[in-house]
Amino acid sequence: MHSFPRFPALAAAFTLTLTAGAPRADAFCGFYVAKADTKLFNKASQVVLARQNNATVLTMVNDYEGDPKEFALVVPVPTFLEREQIHVTEKKVIDHLDAYTSPRLVEYFDDDPCLMRMLKSMPAPASAGRADLAKDERAKSLGVTIEATYTVGEYDILILSAKESDGLETWLNENGYKIPAGASDVIGSYLKQKMRFFVAKVNLGEKAKLGVKTLRPLQIAFESPKFMLPIRLGTVNADGPQELFIYTLSSRGRVETTNYRTVKLPSDVEVPLYVKGEFGAFYRAMFNQQVQKENMRVVFQEYAWDMGWCDPCAADPLSAEELRELGVFWQNDSATGPAPRRPAPTGAQNVYVTRLHLRYDRDHFPEDLVFQETGDRQNFQGRYILRHPWTGPSDCDAAKEYRKSLAKRQREEARNLANLTGWNFDDIARKMDLSAVEAAAESGLDTKWWRKLWTRN
Amino acid sequence: MVAQTVDPQLIALRAPTDLNAMQAIRLPRDPRWFQIGTLSGLLLYGWLSLGFDLTGLRIALTLGTILGLQAIATWWWRLPTFDPKSALISGLSLCLLLRTNSAWLVVLAAAIAVFGKFVVRWRGKHIFNPTNVALAALVLAGGGQVWVSSGQWGSLAFFAFLMLCAGNLVVLRAARSDVAIAFLGCHALLLVGRSAWLGEPMTIPFHRLESGALLLFAFFMISDPKTTPDSRAGRILFAMLVSLGAYYIQFKMFRQNGLVLSLAACSMLVPLIDLVLPGRRYGWTAPRTSGGLCPPTTIRETAMLRV
Repeated sequence: MHSFPRFPALAAAFTLTLTAGAPRADAFCGFYVAKADTKLFNKASQVVLARQNNATVLTMVNDYEGDPKEFALVVPVPTFLEREQIHVTEKKVIDHLDAYTSPRLVEYFDDDPCLMRMLKSMPAPASAGRADLAKDERAKSLGVTIEATYTVGEYDILILSAKESDGLETWLNENGYKIPAGASDVIGSYLKQKMRFFVAKVNLGEKAKLGVKTLRPLQIAFESPKFMLPIRLGTVNADGPQELFIYTLSSRGRVETTNYRTVKLPSDVEVPLYVKGEFGAFYRAMFNQQVQKENMRVVFQEYAWDMGWCDPCAADPLSAEELRELGVFWQNDSATGPAPRRPAPTGAQNVYVTRLHLRYDRDHFPEDLVFQETGDRQNFQGRYILRHPWTGPSDCDAAKEYRKSLAKRQREEARNLANLTGWNFDDIARKMDLSAVEAAAESGLDTKWWRKLWTRN
Repeated sequence: MVAQTVDPQLIALRAPTDLNAMQAIRLPRDPRWFQIGTLSGLLLYGWLSLGFDLTGLRIALTLGTILGLQAIATWWWRLPTFDPKSALISGLSLCLLLRTNSAWLVVLAAAIAVFGKFVVRWRGKHIFNPTNVALAALVLAGGGQVWVSSGQWGSLAFFAFLMLCAGNLVVLRAARSDVAIAFLGCHALLLVGRSAWLGEPMTIPFHRLESGALLLFAFFMISDPKTTPDSRAGRILFAMLVSLGAYYIQFKMFRQNGLVLSLAACSMLVPLIDLVLPGRRYGWTAPRTSGGLCPPTTIRETAMLRV
């Protein structure tokens, strides 16, 4: 989301390493490393997990904008991957998913109180702004096996397995993937769990040939009972907490974490009108406040909805083609074209989307995220409400009552905003010009005769 | 969850009478009252403070159904009196653990919990903990419509939980504390051992051990005195088997609900364990004649807890 620090975000799953002195970069669940010990950090990453039974498609979003030579990605994967199990997709599909699932503002307009609502929705800012033979020999001597080498799109990809983490660490370092101190133990634990490493670098020639300007998201498809996301490598040398957005696409219902508490983000709250102009800042402050409130120990659910529709829509639901691109293989073939904004009479597309958001570091999230799909299809969205007061002329008893209730309501909105974001109540009241609203309410309904007698001192 | 019984009257029970050390303590005669209090407290905490995915209506439906079914079972099996305590414990446990969007599956879970203990019996003792079997059956056969949110407690609730559970142990008169302690010990050993082997930091197994769901399981489900083996050696063996089974499901099969499924599977071995390692059958209420509360064999453990 634009509301978060807009670091060149490379979102990948699990581990990111950079070989050269990129000035800064993000890691997804990954760490970034610079050649000359440049401080590297990254704050926001996105992944999409499409899963039914054991079949999983993982999309790792990468909006790295630095020198492509310096980009590298290291991801532990549960199985060996054939060439056909690796794919490169377009970022715009994930941007669409992000927009569709974003927290949203809705506006209502009060009617003339003397007579006695229109709904408009506004999407939140989109999220996350967010010499081969010799080589083989050397790898073998270190106990590292290069199980496969592929070129997919603009990426050169290796599938590695190893006997010892030390050997793999040495090999990665020798081949330009600078691994930070402390990563060896983490790598070792994944190796002992018989995981392999998916390693990607940019093939500059292919990149030029393809005319690709920004690096595209990498996808892998595999079958494994493990429904998890390894985040530990990314916390090894992270510079402060990181942000992670996880979108899951499932057929049955909502997805939650089983080893961390999943908490719904506060929603359906009325907030002052001026939030419209700073929704990004509001969302960011609210998320900060909620993270603090929960001691940075929970995963937040920001959206859970049947992909067939939305109400209100921050963006159109994804089309069948887009969903297939993200790994939804179980859809009916008949489902084509954009999905309807309202419930589809046909029972939608049999895809349920959950958007999870967490801020994590090694202390608060010591173990990898483990998920389960539930049968829950109760829709949830992060929704914040603006209520525009009636500003037209009105002069009747009902209008006086209305102004009184309006002052009360706006005070409540200010309090809501202060509670949600941790912002100072007085500052909010000043921005809203709350005292003027209250004065207007008072003047209209003042029944105390003495107040009109002397001017206040 | 635990604490289900057909009815105390059905059980031939002779509580020991020489309980000098515990005579001063005046606790409810039937530990199930304490369990009901504890589970109600946890439910309120989870519902109001942790935001469990529950409605008042769902709680009312679960408790109402289970009490109604208990009344039916009382009539059908001609029990001398209607005793709501065990049913209430099952109902509260289902509220804490079972998650589904279907009201019918709640009713089905309540029916499995209540009728399971009358139907699935061996030598006058029911085999499964009622809540456990209801959860296991529906998680396996519910078509994905029933799940257990094991992460719902988070880890901050850990200490509150621990206190309640330790208190529960005292009131249970440590009659079956051995099984909870053996289970937790074995489970902790497996988790720490695994992390040590993988070279993981100890924060990982500790984080897993801090799970509220684990403590609830240890103190309210596996320690059900009615369904655990009768002898201490049998109970410790049983606890170890459950722990190993749960480990296998979680870390070898990579499936959820390892604890619940492992307990249900191991419960089927209890008649065999009782055959090989026989012991005295447990009953919920002990006669008041002595004013005592504890079987003599448990005094040592109770005193230990109070220290």
